[in-house]
Amino acid sequence: MLRKIRIILAVAAIVLCTLLFLDFSGFMTKWAGWMAKIQFLPAVLAANFGVVIVLLLLTLIFGRVYCSVICPLGIFQDGISSLSGRRKGKSARFRWSGEKKLLRYGTLAIFFIALVCGVNVVVALLAPYSAYGRIVQNILGPVWEWGNNLGAFIAGKSGSVAFAHKEVWLRSLPTFIIAVATLVAVFILAWRNGRTYCNTICPVGTVLSFFSRFSIFRPVIDSSKCRNCHLCEHKCKASCINLESHTVDYSRCVDCFDCIDSCKFGALHYRPFWKSGSNAKAESGAEGRPENTDTGRRAFLVSSLVAAGGLAVKAQEKKVDGGYAAVTGKKAPERTSPLVPFGAVSLKHFHRHCTGCQLCVSQCPNDVLRPSMSLDRLMQPEMSYERGWCRPECVKCSEVCPAGAILEITPEEKTEIHIGTASVDYDLCVVNRDGVKCGNCARHCPAGAIKMVRKDPDDENSLWIPTVLEDRCIGCGACEYLCPSRPYSAIHVNGRIEHIDNR
Amino acid sequence: MSGNINRRDFLKTAGAGLAGAAMTSLPGCSPAGNKEPDKGPGKMEVRTAPDGGKVSLLGYGCMRWPMVKGPDGKDVIDQEAVNEMVDYAYSHGVNYYDTSPAYLQGQSEVAAGTALSRYPRESYYIATKMSNFSVWTPEASLKIYHDSMEQLRTDYFDYYLLHAIGGGGVKAFEERYVDNGMMDFMMKEREAGRIRHLGFSFHGRREAFDHFLTLHDKYHWDFVQIEMNYLDWQHAKVPRNVNADYLYEELDKREIPVTVMEPLLGGRLASLPENLAAMLKEREPEMSVASWAFRFAGSFPRVLTVLSGMSSMDPLIENVETYSHFKPLTDKEIEFLKEIAGLMSDYPVVGCTDCKYCMPCPYGIDIPGIFKHYNNCVNAGDIAQSREQEEFRKLKRKYLVSYDRAVETVRQADHCIGCGQCEPHCPQSIQIPHELHRIAAYIEKLRRGTL
Repeated sequence: MLRKIRIILAVAAIVLCTLLFLDFSGFMTKWAGWMAKIQFLPAVLAANFGVVIVLLLLTLIFGRVYCSVICPLGIFQDGISSLSGRRKGKSARFRWSGEKKLLRYGTLAIFFIALVCGVNVVVALLAPYSAYGRIVQNILGPVWEWGNNLGAFIAGKSGSVAFAHKEVWLRSLPTFIIAVATLVAVFILAWRNGRTYCNTICPVGTVLSFFSRFSIFRPVIDSSKCRNCHLCEHKCKASCINLESHTVDYSRCVDCFDCIDSCKFGALHYRPFWKSGSNAKAESGAEGRPENTDTGRRAFLVSSLVAAGGLAVKAQEKKVDGGYAAVTGKKAPERTSPLVPFGAVSLKHFHRHCTGCQLCVSQCPNDVLRPSMSLDRLMQPEMSYERGWCRPECVKCSEVCPAGAILEITPEEKTEIHIGTASVDYDLCVVNRDGVKCGNCARHCPAGAIKMVRKDPDDENSLWIPTVLEDRCIGCGACEYLCPSRPYSAIHVNGRIEHIDNR
Repeated sequence: MSGNINRRDFLKTAGAGLAGAAMTSLPGCSPAGNKEPDKGPGKMEVRTAPDGGKVSLLGYGCMRWPMVKGPDGKDVIDQEAVNEMVDYAYSHGVNYYDTSPAYLQGQSEVAAGTALSRYPRESYYIATKMSNFSVWTPEASLKIYHDSMEQLRTDYFDYYLLHAIGGGGVKAFEERYVDNGMMDFMMKEREAGRIRHLGFSFHGRREAFDHFLTLHDKYHWDFVQIEMNYLDWQHAKVPRNVNADYLYEELDKREIPVTVMEPLLGGRLASLPENLAAMLKEREPEMSVASWAFRFAGSFPRVLTVLSGMSSMDPLIENVETYSHFKPLTDKEIEFLKEIAGLMSDYPVVGCTDCKYCMPCPYGIDIPGIFKHYNNCVNAGDIAQSREQEEFRKLKRKYLVSYDRAVETVRQADHCIGCGQCEPHCPQSIQIPHELHRIAAYIEKLRRGTL
């Protein structure tokens, strides 16, 4: 019964969590956005103490149920392990093994040091919810989007607007590779050894284990009824049941209740510790297999995703009618500082809080957000305006961020925040280059920050060129995206290290 | 555009729709096979030119043939489709084919030549033009002339036109045709029989038109091609354009045959605003909206032929049908159409006929695509008025999704920089950047919800 409840809750949680990363219509974030916000590490980083306290109390009362029914990566591993167990003769494939203290606490120590020192790559890499988000966004996301595009294709034929086409594009190769590597590593570990990842690597698992050791409710073995058949031990994917001593390592038990369900003699019960006769002390085992920790995750730096080539569009002489001039794709300029979303407060604040889960990236409707490629901010999102600009009516990323890296803002507040400043490259500006009238940047600037001035102040008929009123520029990138100069825009936005907030 | 399909209904019907789509695209099921009108074959209405030549009232405008992506990714004319359509037209009595070296990215003449050269040369009339828009040196102009002969596989032109004069006023006409000796050249070619009829096509201001008619004594225009339809009859965009009733009457006075272009305004008169379409349907429930426009153009006796740029079999079959059982409009019906035209000018549609003279835009904007999408939405009543409106969200989504489908993102109106290079090319004298910015501003308001 308990096991069934656990499975139902777990399936519901992982479905919600997965759809949260896949759906881009805004429906899931509206109704299931809380799934991200109750995740442990993001809640800690967002200083969401209510959630943290509830989760700790939950663990203190019921044990690590968090790992079984809330953490998507944990549920995901249960799924893989269960598939693995359906192979012939593999249904009871686990053995008791001792706690790998060195690995476990070592990883946690590294994690804490990384967190304190702001080495966020390590934090992002180890955070379980974020790892899952990355896997879904990078690997399942494109499949979902292609499915949507098939729908859009069919809808287009019938004049329906039920589906709109969405471009599928690789936002960052390093992050994609990390997501694939994480998936492979987690898959192998879960396939072979169940919850190894959760009990040796996962920092959240280790932190919760401090509390679950003392949990009130726990599975206990009734020595008087136990016939030492070892079935529960062989079913335990956390390898935490020691039948020799009739003890369970509660620091590693994730309360999956598989053991209780498997016992034919009713010797296992989930009950408060005072009702149990047996001693539930953790057994420390010295021996243990070497763990598959180094899975070859490496950070790659890829300077450019878009193939080079293609010249800037030049005004061409028109001889025949029809056809289109080629439009070269835009390339990202070099920014003096990276651009992070409205609500991110400052580069430092953002850097310190973001766990790289990619939820905001998956939700960005304007294709502005993508994971950073630079080593120190790897996997953390940053903005760029080759495919769209940060539109004034959208505050999606600030609504979904579970880690407090992007604080929630309203569209009205957005225009009061300055995340960057535009700067003009007059050599690229088509007014100079092609000698034509333009001003598209000024026409579309939502902040009125671009002032067109005479190129030659003494000439009545002079063409007009853009200048930036720095104090008004909010950094939304309308100018950069809509600049006709390609592949490099003649106007681009540099990020601010500290955002200015005039609210 | 009228079907309000919600997601559930859509999913339910999508499967069936797919199956249906698969059925209709079966090879061998040419539309000609199953859409043959049941009123009997009829006979193509024929007009007699002053020299006795018999010209079909329906002329084929070779400006809107379908393009497909070639192996190198560039657009090429779908010659197979062209051959099929020309075969149908030819076998149903259409004998006037109007092309230009500028049409369809310069490919129209070759395609026309390929399709027509399969028939005896004297059995059809070819009309083409001196389209020396960008360079008009004698050498370049002569090259255009001789290239046309080669591409059309002929050694004479039945009808030869000075292409779209009036746009730059009299000055442009003199530069393009008089100062470089082309007028003299073409007159000599006419004497030599290599140009059977010499005329011009006109877009522009009234003063220019009047001037060209004063030149009739000198050049003797054999025909003049004008834009004529029930909207332009009295509601052309004056003063940049001239009402067609004036143009026609002036030509009629001088007994100059008229060839008609844009009888349907690039399809605009085929898809009217819903309530206006309903008014036409009320009168003639079985007749298509488009057929009114063709009957209008054909109802004037000085009209030699009405050019329609038929891009697929369906309009071709319909137009052949209209002119094979031709019923001229009664005076009452003409009055009725004038009334419709008056009502049309209340709608904020852009007067674009999708002729693509403005293209390619050097900055990649899909000008006719943007206008067409906007006009469709206006005609379907899908333009939002205010965000307070009950169906604002629905209209917004409908506009934005269909916009992205119709026009690639990087070619949309917000990318128009307003350089104005397109504007002089527009025969309709549309203030293109102004209209694009108007549409972009509307879309921006839709997106921001500030309408």
